[in-house]
Amino acid sequence: MIAKANTAKKIDYVGLILSCHDVMRSNNLNLVYEGEINQNITKAFTALAEQNLNEDKEEKSVVRKVYHVLVECLQNIYKHTDSQNPDSPGKRSNGVLLLGHDDNGYIVSTGNMVDLKQKEILIDLLDNINSLDGEELNMLYKKKMRDGMLSEKGGAGLGFIDISRKTNSKLEYHFETIDENKSFFILKTYIAK
Amino acid sequence: MKPLYLDATDETPEVKLDKDKNIFEFNGKSLPEDVVTFYNPIMDWLDEYSANLNDATEVKFRLDYFNTASSKMILDILLKLEEFKDSGKVVKVKWYYAEDDEDMEEAGAEYAEIVNVPFEYESYS
Repeated sequence: MIAKANTAKKIDYVGLILSCHDVMRSNNLNLVYEGEINQNITKAFTALAEQNLNEDKEEKSVVRKVYHVLVECLQNIYKHTDSQNPDSPGKRSNGVLLLGHDDNGYIVSTGNMVDLKQKEILIDLLDNINSLDGEELNMLYKKKMRDGMLSEKGGAGLGFIDISRKTNSKLEYHFETIDENKSFFILKTYIAK
Repeated sequence: MKPLYLDATDETPEVKLDKDKNIFEFNGKSLPEDVVTFYNPIMDWLDEYSANLNDATEVKFRLDYFNTASSKMILDILLKLEEFKDSGKVVKVKWYYAEDDEDMEEAGAEYAEIVNVPFEYESYS
């Protein structure tokens, strides 16, 4: 135990806390999380965000939209991971969640690891959504709701469409290549006040 | 016919389905991790009810939140109600929404466009 402690990298907790504090303040971040994303985390963070925004006297319609975007983004991460891994249904889904704001609205951004097949599916889906106007998104949503098969855990593929039409904004995304099989998927949603 | 009563949780709505008392209600929020597991018993109950329908069925939805996966299940319930109506019975949906919740009001209007069942809207404060 002692030998292990001696070789372990010494962590500068004071410096870390101060820099975390500084990064969050200077970037107007309300919430940051990195780790396992599951149903309990989703409920905890949506409740926390709701409370946080209500305390800031934010308009109810905006609070509802932020809440909805958080639910859909977070549930996407763990429903997607599980449905894509039939061989390992108990596999944990890790990810990053960030909630921030500027003068005109809120930013919800998530990040999670995907494989190349998921990456292709996501690019097709997101590019298609971003090419549609509000009325076309409504049509697509209705069509998918009627025809869409629910995957094993109930991801109806509706989440992204609904986020785009409810926030009236395009879905910004980025894939950071990790290695030949993996990519880190980052999605950013803006909810205008 | 045995009624189906489910208490609300922080992720599933209260459900009241009672043929004898003619009560059909969904109240609260719906964002379960697994919508199929939650909604299957409800669909089963409605299937059984369809064999011996009351003359008039009024279903009340008073939801303050549902996720997109639940929206699909709610549509399945409404399509079932459409079948009831097509069999010649009176069916009506009462859609409640918070007066400042435009999205919930629009969600009701969107369902009303898809299914051939009369909707009545009522806001609450």
